[in-house]
Amino acid sequence: MELLLQQVMAGLATGAIYALMALAVVMIYQAIDHLNFAQGEMAMFSTFIAWQLMQWGQPYWAAFAIAAALSFVGGVVIERVLFRPIHNAPILSSIVAFIALFSILNSGAGYLFDYTIKEFPTPFGSKPFLGITLISTHQAGMIGVTLGMLALLYLFFRGTRLGLAMRAAAANPESARLVGIRVGWMTALGWGMAAAIGAVAGVLIAPVVFLEPNMMLGVLLYGFAGAVLGGLTSPGGAVFGGFAMGVIENLAGTFIPYVGRELKLTIALVLIVAVLMVRPSGIFGRRLVVRV
Amino acid sequence: MMLKVAGLEAFYGEQQALFGVGFELDEGGVRTLLGANGAGKTTVLRALCGMVRTAGEVRFDGKAIAGWATEDIVRLSIAHVPEGRGTFLRVTVEENLQLGAMTRRDRPGIAADIDRVYEHFPRLRERRDQQAGTLSGGEQQMLAVGRALMLRPRLMLLDEPSFGLAPLVVAELFEILRQINREMGVAMLVVEQNAALALDLAEHAYLLETGRIVMDAPAAVFGADESVRRAYLGY
Repeated sequence: MELLLQQVMAGLATGAIYALMALAVVMIYQAIDHLNFAQGEMAMFSTFIAWQLMQWGQPYWAAFAIAAALSFVGGVVIERVLFRPIHNAPILSSIVAFIALFSILNSGAGYLFDYTIKEFPTPFGSKPFLGITLISTHQAGMIGVTLGMLALLYLFFRGTRLGLAMRAAAANPESARLVGIRVGWMTALGWGMAAAIGAVAGVLIAPVVFLEPNMMLGVLLYGFAGAVLGGLTSPGGAVFGGFAMGVIENLAGTFIPYVGRELKLTIALVLIVAVLMVRPSGIFGRRLVVRV
Repeated sequence: MMLKVAGLEAFYGEQQALFGVGFELDEGGVRTLLGANGAGKTTVLRALCGMVRTAGEVRFDGKAIAGWATEDIVRLSIAHVPEGRGTFLRVTVEENLQLGAMTRRDRPGIAADIDRVYEHFPRLRERRDQQAGTLSGGEQQMLAVGRALMLRPRLMLLDEPSFGLAPLVVAELFEILRQINREMGVAMLVVEQNAALALDLAEHAYLLETGRIVMDAPAAVFGADESVRRAYLGY
């Protein structure tokens, strides 16, 4: 029982990061209907920026905030420079652009910061949380920051005019233009926010997976899986999917014989396929109905 | 002359849909575009709003606006009530109205205008917190007109406002349109399949056939014209 609880809590902690990545993926998917394969590399690069700022003597939270802000700007610039010009191009062009962005960021980080694995600090420490051995303070911090981000995003989308405009632009771009919303800029804003969310995810997971250019590969896969499981059209669903992936991964790795560390990703993906066979738009996703 | 269109052409890809269309509209005037399905009525409205590729001249207040982005044309106080009503289905009725005022900054004015829309359409007030997707067709059309009003428009482009509505609802809607035109001086360009209805509302009409204007006359002349009456009015 102790082991089960511990695994569930640890699953929720890593699940928090998957949830953030899933959320970042959904932010961009809502705006442009494509999965951003480079989301993980963007997050990795942001984490390196935070690391570099700390090397230059910035305190942790300042580095965190500056990295997130720079990532936001970077996300907007990537959309404007790379994806705006091809937004009407066939899907393969977008995919090639995503792959290009992926390798530019990946080898760029390798070139600038080299491939040696770096330790990344945590501001939360790694003592048992509240004196109980179920989770560490860093894991609790991961969950806490994720829930805080979610609350902020919820308030932004539900409570502000800009949030309403972004929702309208994503749901119905043509109508949004007709009420004067600059849909292109809403897309860029979505990219910026996704990049900033990714930065938070990267900085939080770096103490666990350590900092190196390929650190986000697995994380992004789980993030994708979580987003698809919860539904790519539903931010709340994506977050749920992310948390669920974390828990499933841990439980499968611990309790199903022979699975262990190597096969747990496989188990998780098999589960997703199973869900999608029953609910093609994900658990909370809406089926797209096109009126002809 | 508030709106002046000359030699307007429109293209869907390689396909040309409008050929040298010209018409005009005075401040506060109401004119209608009639024609069969596929004649290009909707395309004219879309061309005015920069939603299709065009050539030719569109002037609003003397300003050449052909080729402008839709978002900028809207900022000239041109409100387009599109085909299919353009409802934001997943947000509430009130949020739909707020979206209509997205180009404005004056919060008290926006709140007052939302109230005014509710006075025109009391049923929308009852349903203000419902998701707009749950509204009936008639209510969605009223919401679309209400959303357009939130822009404080000088010109409203109405695409088939009667489409799919019960006759009683249509009568109610057109009465409100008439009221909006009279009380607020909003000019209207109405595209309609229901020619009798449109000719009743408008003072001047144009007949479109395969992307060309083939008749241009006061509404009364249209109503009296034998061939038009047979083809479009059905009596």
